Amino acid sequence: MDWLFLLIQTLNGIQYGLLLFLIASGLTLVFGIMGIINLAHGSFYMIGAYLAFSFTQMTGSLPLAIILGIPVTLVLGLVIEKFFIVHLYHRDHLQQVLLTFGLILIFNELQLIIWGGDPNGVPIPQALSGSVPISDTLSYPVYRIFLSVACLVIAGLLAFVIQKTRLGMRVRAGASNREMTETLGINIRLLYAVVFSVGVTLAGVAGMLAAPVETVYPGMGEQILIISFVVVVIGGIGSVKGAFLGALAIGLVDVYGQVYLPEIASVAVYALMAAVLLWRPAGLFGRS
Amino acid sequence: MVNLPTRKVIVALVILIAALALVPISGDKYWIKLVTRMLVLGIFAMSLDILVGYTGLVSFGHAAFFGLAGYVVHLISPEDEAVNMLWALPLCLMVTAVTAAAIGALCVRTRGIYFIMVTLAFAQMLFYLFHDSDFAGGSDGAYVYVKPVLTLGQWLIVDLGGQATLYFVSLASLVAIYILLVIVMRSPFGKVIQGIKINEHRMQALGYNVYLYKLVSFTLAGTLAGFAGFLFASIDGFVSPELLGWQESGTALVMVILGGMGTLFGPVLGAIALLGVEELFRDRALFGFMASHWQILMGAFVIAVVLFFNNGLGGLLLSLAGRRKGER
Repeated sequence: MDWLFLLIQTLNGIQYGLLLFLIASGLTLVFGIMGIINLAHGSFYMIGAYLAFSFTQMTGSLPLAIILGIPVTLVLGLVIEKFFIVHLYHRDHLQQVLLTFGLILIFNELQLIIWGGDPNGVPIPQALSGSVPISDTLSYPVYRIFLSVACLVIAGLLAFVIQKTRLGMRVRAGASNREMTETLGINIRLLYAVVFSVGVTLAGVAGMLAAPVETVYPGMGEQILIISFVVVVIGGIGSVKGAFLGALAIGLVDVYGQVYLPEIASVAVYALMAAVLLWRPAGLFGRS
Repeated sequence: MVNLPTRKVIVALVILIAALALVPISGDKYWIKLVTRMLVLGIFAMSLDILVGYTGLVSFGHAAFFGLAGYVVHLISPEDEAVNMLWALPLCLMVTAVTAAAIGALCVRTRGIYFIMVTLAFAQMLFYLFHDSDFAGGSDGAYVYVKPVLTLGQWLIVDLGGQATLYFVSLASLVAIYILLVIVMRSPFGKVIQGIKINEHRMQALGYNVYLYKLVSFTLAGTLAGFAGFLFASIDGFVSPELLGWQESGTALVMVILGGMGTLFGPVLGAIALLGVEELFRDRALFGFMASHWQILMGAFVIAVVLFFNNGLGGLLLSLAGRRKGER
């Protein structure tokens, strides 16, 4: 029986880790390619969750809500890039931190005006609301399995686009040498806008997918932002592969911690980060 | 490069301090409290300037030490009796110094963007420690029922429970810490950390133990933030986990930038200006409906400061005093 319980916790950890990867991958891409540290990234996760909440109420279906939500986050990303992030490309990290900090203040207050301060829930879609029996007494919800698979598919797509397509080639070129890429006639401004917008959408989709299993509440963006930072730092800033491994490690440590050592669970992930930094100050796959 | 204010700036600052010393005469409790908060947060912002403006370390977790000190005051204060500053203040500073040294030992190993993220993460760790705990009131916060006093034997010398007393103690501390830091920055130690800000590798090549210098700077800044936290806990007699949170750290960074980093007095002006702006935004008569959503206005203000006002108030004052821009 005990190992079945362990299995369920492991599945939970992997699911949480995969969700973290969606958020952290956007964060690490935006930094790795554009050199921007974006504190408002967590806000996009929150906005995604609230969009799922509103659109599900309107249409009565989560898949439809996600289809409606993705264009909204894409456009939001383009707008934020066009009006704010553009000014940060040649500035230092301190100014990037402060400007995106200002954005968080605005997003949080707008969220309060539009949706209010009460926590909300999003129902699990009918087709995915069952659970898979594992033993006589234990079962595992289908939606969580779906969530893990969806995250894996998106992660695979992301890897495919970056490694195998022309767009991905340009993105990698832009990350390693901005001036040279520009000289070769690639519109780096457009590339940046696309990367930022995709990063925002990844966080937004993570929020939409997570809405049925997590509560939709005002401070959800900050909480996930900090954990995503930990993931990115562990994996090495700019490394998608690192973010993937880091996210899984943090997901498992967090879930195991809450089950087996609840007193120190909230500190466990930071302890893991400290340990990795002692060993490799630039993260697992980082270039220092 | 070591920044000693010009005579004109010193005159302006002395006039400002003299004007500030007159505030308690007004007797208006609200104003005295507001200006006390400005002064205490001024000390806090000044301590962050040691890192951001002088050592070149952008810490996004500085509030951890500020809030930690506040909680230490709560934990060592008996419920119905004042704690004696004679030992409470040194204890408070020691706790923050040790914590800053421990966190700094790890953070200082990292650079640039890693440093920003790691300081933020460790501050959040402390935030959750107090937020999820039972021993210090959890997310509701905790009270300091009787504010600290300074007694020597029989004599009561300072009682922070008195509003005017707390005000003058804060003002005097601010001036004392400013003078102390000007001396530190002009000392060989100060010159080394400023050298690290400009070119770390060169300082290393010159044979300085860069890691150790950065760690000492981090610890000094954390300890002074703790001093500010000690005073802050005495203003309202209330501490909450938010004091350690990332929002508080971010606000402190805004104060430093708004005031002008690398000037020490600039961040104090930044603190005064930022709290002043906040008061303004919260004014219903001026902003109506938006006053209850003043965070939007504050967010826009922060963005405007970053985009258009990068030299800060301190830089403005220095250039008004006849210095060319870009030359510190």
